[in-house]
Amino acid sequence: MSFLPLKERSFTVKIMSEKIYKLLQQGKRIDERTPYEFRKITMQTNVVEKANGSALVSVGSTRILTGIKVELGTPYSDRPNEGVFSVNAELLPLASKSFEPGPPDERGIELARVVDRCIREGKAIDLEKLCIIPGKLVYILYIDIYVLDYDGNYFDPSVISAMAALATCTIPKYSATGERVEGEYMRVPIRDVPLSSTIGIIKDKLLVDPCLVEENSLDTSIVVCMDSASNVVAIQKNSPGHIPLSLMESIINVAEEQISRIRTQFKEVIGIEKEGREHC
Amino acid sequence: MTQVIKPKLIDENGRRLDGRGPTDLRPMKIEVSVLEKSDGSAYVELGKTKVYAAVYGPKEAHPKHLAIPDRAILNCRYHMTSFSTDERKILGMTRREIELSKVIREALESVVFLEEFPRSAIDVFIEVVQADGGTRTAGLTAASLALADAGIPMRGLIAAVAVGKVDGTIILDPSDIEDKYGEADMPIGIAPGSNTIVLLQLNGKMTKDEFKQGLELAQMGIQKIYQAQREALRRKYGASVTEV
Repeated sequence: MSFLPLKERSFTVKIMSEKIYKLLQQGKRIDERTPYEFRKITMQTNVVEKANGSALVSVGSTRILTGIKVELGTPYSDRPNEGVFSVNAELLPLASKSFEPGPPDERGIELARVVDRCIREGKAIDLEKLCIIPGKLVYILYIDIYVLDYDGNYFDPSVISAMAALATCTIPKYSATGERVEGEYMRVPIRDVPLSSTIGIIKDKLLVDPCLVEENSLDTSIVVCMDSASNVVAIQKNSPGHIPLSLMESIINVAEEQISRIRTQFKEVIGIEKEGREHC
Repeated sequence: MTQVIKPKLIDENGRRLDGRGPTDLRPMKIEVSVLEKSDGSAYVELGKTKVYAAVYGPKEAHPKHLAIPDRAILNCRYHMTSFSTDERKILGMTRREIELSKVIREALESVVFLEEFPRSAIDVFIEVVQADGGTRTAGLTAASLALADAGIPMRGLIAAVAVGKVDGTIILDPSDIEDKYGEADMPIGIAPGSNTIVLLQLNGKMTKDEFKQGLELAQMGIQKIYQAQREALRRKYGASVTEV
């Protein structure tokens, strides 16, 4: 696993890897979970009032804070009728001894880009409704993800928190001529809630939502993102190592099951407004 | 400012814009030892996609505190020239290049016997001279050859290719325009010796069946690329290469 500096990968890792594998053979985990059991997920929204949308999501003791700030700007020239969003992620030094201050490193960039792909390809946002004057004025959503506490698996809670922040995000309303409609706000038009599931692999065994100790001992891991119709919308093998081709089918099936379970909780906790939100 | 109209990517006869069928690779050219000064190098051309890779090392890790007592560190830089794309690419590393450097490095780490070279470093540089789709996979294909050319012990070569989905059809080796207007792009790197995946990304929408179909198509393409890799090594090193 790349999450641990290579120099810390030693015999202790090999011993732990053996131990985790033996437990998996008996259908067990080091933290008493079963192989396909997520840690407890909690979701809180509107935790930062100054942000247009925000969400604090925890999976076990891994905690992610996402905030969204909305600005006005010009659209991309090849997509004049669509609003714009960009995703950024920072692995804060307060979250782990393995994170360092400074601009996002390759792990932060990877996290941001995978969440971006999940939201973009999962068609989570109806971007055309974020256009005010075609070719001239559109909403720009800055979705910024911060890892606050890191106990393994920052991908899945980051996707959940980004989606929770989006689903509860309010943006100031503008008329078709670009005038601010005083006192009126609108919701970000959500079309779908794509979510992710990180699958860890040790030899021929799979596990979901690896905690830090597991993450450091895995052979490799893969992040699978799916929309509500169970289409695969993004994948990232995010650490060194081999995945036997014969395991791919079960990886996708395990991810599908996890994601639909998280989506059920998402619907219950966050709730999706009816208007223009068909799928969820 | 006009909305760009998506061109028809597959015609009535099932032919793609460049005349290929859905399961065809572009014309391929692979060579090793193409750069004089590096310890190992390779050149891969796939249609208009042109990529060099060079390897330096094993050598002293620099700075020294990065050295690991029981193995080598592997550094990888995937980089595109400013003129490789339609619009000039800004100088320096973009976020995309940083992400791709990471996934390519992780793929290479899976096959190199790093533990053979404690406290040292192996540097892999990938330079995309022209980008027409499939640059990360061509880069990975070239990098694994450059490592072999440098005589670095490996569990096996890596061959990589992308599959895509355009106009609802799963296709092999998408070009830039097919990637841009298509529905999905899935780069895959496989170590054919062990039949395992070492790089896998997906950007776009695929059903579970399409994903499975794509994976199978990629394996077919990868076998062809793997053959071409082995031939390139044979051309350089003659009959001494029996099995890689």
